[in-house]
Amino acid sequence: MAKVKPRVKVPKTASAGEVITIKTLISHKMESGQRKDSDGNAIPRQIINKFTAEFNGQPVFSADIHPAVSANPYLEFTAKVSESGKFTFTWVDDDGSVYTDEQEIAVS
Amino acid sequence: MNINRRQALTLSAGAALFAVTGMSAGSARADAAAVDKAMMEITGGATPEEGKLTLNAPEIAENGNTVPIGVSVDSAMEGDDMVESITIFAEGNPEPSVITFNFTPMSGEATASTRMRLAKTQNVVALAKMKDGKTYMAKSEVKVTIGGCGG
Repeated sequence: MAKVKPRVKVPKTASAGEVITIKTLISHKMESGQRKDSDGNAIPRQIINKFTAEFNGQPVFSADIHPAVSANPYLEFTAKVSESGKFTFTWVDDDGSVYTDEQEIAVS
Repeated sequence: MNINRRQALTLSAGAALFAVTGMSAGSARADAAAVDKAMMEITGGATPEEGKLTLNAPEIAENGNTVPIGVSVDSAMEGDDMVESITIFAEGNPEPSVITFNFTPMSGEATASTRMRLAKTQNVVALAKMKDGKTYMAKSEVKVTIGGCGG
């Protein structure tokens, strides 16, 4: 399949205690397992089934994802930041692959 | 002797009779009962309260493949006033569960949104679970013009 590419939008700066909005998107076909190919055989399911966001090693947000989430799954959520640091985002594929992305934020 | 036109037509009609295809078994659809069952696993049998939880879904979705959907709960996200998770269910999809958002105190707010698939016009249900065990639900009907589950 096409290369899986995560894209994440995190503000570069924030003030301490601010609640910021984070937007993530990852290119993935999210094959639901419901579709059939031209010969009538079911196409096996292959989706991103788990997403987690951590800030300086602390869990911020996570999602358990089922096949009803659209292709190229988009997630928008919030985080409260009190210090500068690094966000780590992780997507887990049905086939065991793990995709990650990191973003720094400066908090004043 | 060559096959004339009339004989050829008779032959092809016979072949067509044998070409009857079996009906494909329709995939099982989730329904309101399946959603209730999945919700019971989260609520533990308690009836979820209305209100507090906001479900933002479009009234009409032209394309069932990407329906924007958002949830939020008015919560301080501190101490006992804390949302643990919000789960979204779809009553008319092959599988009732759509997504579960898990929050932590570092989430700051219990707000999240995504894009989901809807097979047909149906009710979308959101269920929020608080740290103190209370549950809240919200329901919204989305009309779908083109379904989004393949099959």
